[in-house]
Amino acid sequence: MTSIIIKNMTVDFPIYGIASRSFKNTFLRSATGGRVARDASDKVVIRAIDNMSLSLKEGDRVGIYGHNGSGKSTLLKVVAGVYAPISGTCEVTGRISSMLNLLLGMHPDSTGYENIYLRGKILGLSRKEIETITKDVVEFAGLGDYMEMPLRTYSSGMAMRLGFSVSTSIPADILLMDEWMSVGDAEFTEKANARLAALLDNAKILVLASHSEETIRKNCNKIVRLDHGQIASVEAI
Amino acid sequence: MSNPSSLSLARKDIVEGFMRYDLWPSLAWQEIKRRYRRSTLGPLWLTISTGAFVVGLGPLYGKLFNQDLATYLPYIAVSFVLWALLSGMITDACTVFVAEESIFKQIKLPFSIFCFALVTRNLIILAHNAAIILLVFLFYPPPLTPVLLLFPAGLLLIAINGLWVSLSLGILCTRFRDIPQIVASVLQITMFLTPVMWKADMVGRHTWIVDWNPMNHFLELVRAPLYGVMPSSTTWLAVAAITVIGWTMTLIVFARYRTRIPYWV
Repeated sequence: MTSIIIKNMTVDFPIYGIASRSFKNTFLRSATGGRVARDASDKVVIRAIDNMSLSLKEGDRVGIYGHNGSGKSTLLKVVAGVYAPISGTCEVTGRISSMLNLLLGMHPDSTGYENIYLRGKILGLSRKEIETITKDVVEFAGLGDYMEMPLRTYSSGMAMRLGFSVSTSIPADILLMDEWMSVGDAEFTEKANARLAALLDNAKILVLASHSEETIRKNCNKIVRLDHGQIASVEAI
Repeated sequence: MSNPSSLSLARKDIVEGFMRYDLWPSLAWQEIKRRYRRSTLGPLWLTISTGAFVVGLGPLYGKLFNQDLATYLPYIAVSFVLWALLSGMITDACTVFVAEESIFKQIKLPFSIFCFALVTRNLIILAHNAAIILLVFLFYPPPLTPVLLLFPAGLLLIAINGLWVSLSLGILCTRFRDIPQIVASVLQITMFLTPVMWKADMVGRHTWIVDWNPMNHFLELVRAPLYGVMPSSTTWLAVAAITVIGWTMTLIVFARYRTRIPYWV
């Protein structure tokens, strides 16, 4: 059973390297969201998520809506298991595919093939599975001879094509996305959207963070509005 | 914060990290391949630069210390190659987490994976440098005794200690960005304080200089067997104590601060 259950979760980011004095009276509540506060030991912290509870089950296509700094990306990263909440819990059941960074683990000095291999290894795939996705990725990305060249020789669009193709080559129960992906030129974008749609159909939960309500309405069946790290409203679409 | 459950989570991180032995050797190899991608000789540069050091400094220091070159040159060659392993692990430990930010800030992985990769990478570098030791032994063959078998055992102990050093130093350096500079300068001084270019018996009756130097014991652990000599009981005792104390400290630190690493990077 795929699910994401968040209970009374709080996430604070400690801020180092800032003279705390200058911070004292200025940014108690910053205009861009995120609460700047102090913890017990008088360190400057940013409260990115504030006592949040949310529970998602199979079939949920959730759009996380909010302006910059409202906690969207942090929420995705906590679900991905990167940040541990300082209080409360976040329990995730199911295989996660995080599309937060398409170029995860990719290195500019490694070739296209090496990068696919390494990504596969990081995701814990077997040699056989990696061979399978390599074939698929090479075909879909359509980078031809560039696959033998280091990533730094790619144009940014080509690098994203490779990253997108690898990221979408492995099915997952839970799909995490920070903004809707749009990759490559017009022709590739069309292909990419079809591939993404297929991946979405197979995923049991989608969590899409976006500051565009239109994108969310198009792809989701539920909208969660965030404000200052708290849930302002949950609404079915 | 440091309750039994965070300790067991720390232990789990290390066990699960080890179980990803499909991943950390790949990380180690990729790093080595990348470093030397655009050079013709590739990783052999490691060997050449170490060799140049030995050939360049060996004769001079041999004269300064009034040593017979036939025994001194092999000594400094072996010592320096093994020292490079120890200091390489410690230097890399400072950046073990900071350098891998792009991976663990996107996906959940056991943190210890990067430490396993670090130790592996440094052992691979040693394997390259071992060419120098072999070359030296071609001219000055070591006594082939069963004690030689202690060499791999010594390496294993170094790897086990390299693991806790990289875990705790990695965490410390991620939180406090001044530490890598401190480590670098201490390491440089330590090289001259350790019998790398001079021999332990040169200190005469001031044996405390080498007895209280932990680096000396780790060096002796692998160097002595290459000369067919059993490492002294002081060395065994020191290494055992450091292993136990180091790992205990590391488990406490790792249990307490493991989940803070992504926040600090």
